[in-house]
Amino acid sequence: MAANPTDARPAPGHQMASRWAAVLRTPLGAAAAALLALVLLLAILAPVLWTRRANAIDVGASLEGPSSAHWLGTNTLGQDVFYQVLVATRLSVQLALAATAIGVATGLILGAAPLVLGARAGRVVTAVVNLAVAFPPLLLALFFAVIFGVGEVGALLAMGFATAPTFARLTRTLVARIAGLDYIAAARLAGVGRIRLLTRHVLPNIGEPLIVNATTAAGTALLSFAGLSFLGLGVQPPDYDWGLLLANGLDAIYTRPAAAVAPAAAVVLAGSAFNLFGEALALSLGVPEVPAAAGARGRGRRRRNDVARTAGPERVRGDDPGRADQPDDREVLLVEDLWVSFPDGSTPVRGVSFALGRGESVGVVGESGSGKTLTALAVARLLEEPARVRARRLRLAGQDLLAAASRAQRHFLGTSAGMVFQDPMTAFNPVKRVGRQLAEVAAEHQGMRQRQAMARAVQRLREVRIPAPERRARQFPHELSGGMRQRAMIGMAVMGSPALIIADEPTTALDIIAQRQVLRLLKSIQAEGDAALLFISHDITVVGQVCDRVLVMYAGRIVENLPTAELLSHARHPYTQALLAAVPSMATDRTRPLAVVPGRPADPARLPAGCAFAPRCPLADTRCASLDPPLTADGEGRQVACWHADRVAADPVLAVNRDG
Amino acid sequence: MGELRLEQVTVRFGSRATGLTAVDQVDLVVPPGQVVGLVGESGSGKSTLARAVVGLTPLTAGRVLLDGRPLRNGLPAGRRHVRQRPLHMVFQDPYSSLDPRMTAGESVTEAIPRGVRRAVRRAETERLLELVGLPAGSAHAYPAQLSGGQRQRVALARALAGKPEVIIADEITSALDVSTQGTVLNLVRDIQRRMRLSMLFISHNLAIVRYVSDIIAVMRRGRIVECGPADDVLTNPRHQYTGELLAAVPRPGGPL
Repeated sequence: MAANPTDARPAPGHQMASRWAAVLRTPLGAAAAALLALVLLLAILAPVLWTRRANAIDVGASLEGPSSAHWLGTNTLGQDVFYQVLVATRLSVQLALAATAIGVATGLILGAAPLVLGARAGRVVTAVVNLAVAFPPLLLALFFAVIFGVGEVGALLAMGFATAPTFARLTRTLVARIAGLDYIAAARLAGVGRIRLLTRHVLPNIGEPLIVNATTAAGTALLSFAGLSFLGLGVQPPDYDWGLLLANGLDAIYTRPAAAVAPAAAVVLAGSAFNLFGEALALSLGVPEVPAAAGARGRGRRRRNDVARTAGPERVRGDDPGRADQPDDREVLLVEDLWVSFPDGSTPVRGVSFALGRGESVGVVGESGSGKTLTALAVARLLEEPARVRARRLRLAGQDLLAAASRAQRHFLGTSAGMVFQDPMTAFNPVKRVGRQLAEVAAEHQGMRQRQAMARAVQRLREVRIPAPERRARQFPHELSGGMRQRAMIGMAVMGSPALIIADEPTTALDIIAQRQVLRLLKSIQAEGDAALLFISHDITVVGQVCDRVLVMYAGRIVENLPTAELLSHARHPYTQALLAAVPSMATDRTRPLAVVPGRPADPARLPAGCAFAPRCPLADTRCASLDPPLTADGEGRQVACWHADRVAADPVLAVNRDG
Repeated sequence: MGELRLEQVTVRFGSRATGLTAVDQVDLVVPPGQVVGLVGESGSGKSTLARAVVGLTPLTAGRVLLDGRPLRNGLPAGRRHVRQRPLHMVFQDPYSSLDPRMTAGESVTEAIPRGVRRAVRRAETERLLELVGLPAGSAHAYPAQLSGGQRQRVALARALAGKPEVIIADEITSALDVSTQGTVLNLVRDIQRRMRLSMLFISHNLAIVRYVSDIIAVMRRGRIVECGPADDVLTNPRHQYTGELLAAVPRPGGPL
């Protein structure tokens, strides 16, 4: 059975802690945290240390300017303004935090109500919240301040309820997203009650954005509170907060500016501390986790065909770039000794070499985490930092891709390679019309005029057999069915008549009828344009139908390379055999368990010493565990990396596992 | 027992004039202890039918009966607050069907009916996780630490925790790698036989449905267009659409 599941990836709790710690490692986060800590420390300590000095009345020294005795001067009662500003920190921060707490709590209740109350009552609550969101918070605060009366408590409730609608809306949106997920449905089916559903499944999963927003809101509340006190609606004498100190100091702004500037500066500083910290949290936590190289298919993949900020490939040392031989005219892509590595030490692609000529199609097959997608992305120069790409040679249509990235090179890649992704919904911009997105490619990379580009887009949509292309071009991506979207995506990939089409799991999200249509289309488009096709899939049967040649990848290496026509007769790697046997077909024996590849794919960060497939291989022996077999050619156009290739060739059944 | 019977089940979204009829007067029987494979392309209404049967989507018309007794929202009529549900479902995407903040053990334990002592619940969770072939210690793993196939095993264990009579499996392998798909299919078939569960098994791939099912129903545009014993449907498809589905199954080494 599978390896211990708790071996590789850290637990979410641990992940969470490290993500919060990561906030402090950014310059913005560290600065904001330090500032916030200072403000909070002052809020705790200042009243303890200096209340007496701040409140000491000395009528003889009233309304003095700054002096060595009173750094910021004194007020009408002769009290020291400097110490008052320090002492006021506690009340100002306390009120801001309390108001935010009221706002968040009320917002949570209102926002979560629809889930708990059910659809009908929920709609009423949502409508009320939507109405309340339309009013600016400060206006609401003033309104509530009048209702609750002048004073600390009134202002507190006013500020709290004024921030509530924003949080109610935020909560509602977050809850709605979570409530649509299957695990909520599953919990419902398991008979989990609504309250428990909320506390156990929903709240923990929306906590992060709420905390981030609450932090920023605290900053805003601080500012607003100062405003209310300034207007005389908030804190009343003899208590004082920054707003009140500002109001007192403002009377004499021209004669003694320090008394007004100091509380104002305090408000700005403390407000910024909260806001900046909130921003820093949002920046660090709001970004989705960096997907592991061995992550799930289609998850966390790059969204757009944006070539900016890519990890530039470096030439593997020891090679003389001047010596590079001239490509022949049929060559489209040449990859030699390609490596992709990450700073954590994992190398998900290890020394991959292959070539593609005009009109040729090569399929790369393997499980999740085998490095097939990273290989394709590296070729298309779509890998971002921190991925590191190295190769001895990487050449597309005669151009050396190892040369420094330039505008010209990006332009060249944009016209020479077209990419088809697994999920067209993430590759298309959801708010732009399909036709315009296709036209943009032509405008960007071929310098076409708007009208010309649009005509080309419609023509391409027709070529990918989209009915009524003029009408479809004016539609948005969500208005197209899954199969049609994928065809439009292919249309987009071939806008610039590329020499190379890279298709990464183009049919995995489709049902088999749509799959067949898309595959046929891809083949015919490739044949018409005499383009080369690099086809990535986890399904070896599909690769066998589409491609001339198949590269089987395992743990970042090519372990077998052979013509697809010989897949059934000449596959010699146990992994290839296992992949072939794993696909149920219409001829599969129903009385026996399906063949499986036992265990889990190798972790690119912790590869075993010998053959990476050995731990899952029924033929593995001691040599396999200690020595990694090299990829060896057999002289008939096939390559295999296995010590037992001949045994598999003699009896393929040896290599296949069946479990109960 | 555990005979699931759908009578004229209809699900309509939106208004009568502009709405969409996702499931249109479907009659279907899942005999006790048997697997009915429901096959059709995306958008044919398979998943909507599944959700309607378990009570996640309201029926517009028709009835769902379990052993002759009508169900309301997936529960025996008149018993609104029972924790034990006779129907449970395994979802397509193991990445969204498990709460990322709950361990595998917690997810399974939650589905065990209440009113049982804690120690018993914990033992039952261990038993279920072992039943679906997860290694010891999996109970403490979070979904992020599990592979797609392992997550789907946890989802199956959770579905079994409520001791359901019928399991609805909605495209449970389509989010998995081909290599993992086999292990999950083997497991589902094995457990279904051992526990004599009735099962509605949904997939767009006839090769997969064929492997698991006793009876095959073909769905298109919300309607069942063909239904019969698996061998009959596969060898003598009577509806043209069934033929199309058969032709679309990828054949190793075959033409496109």
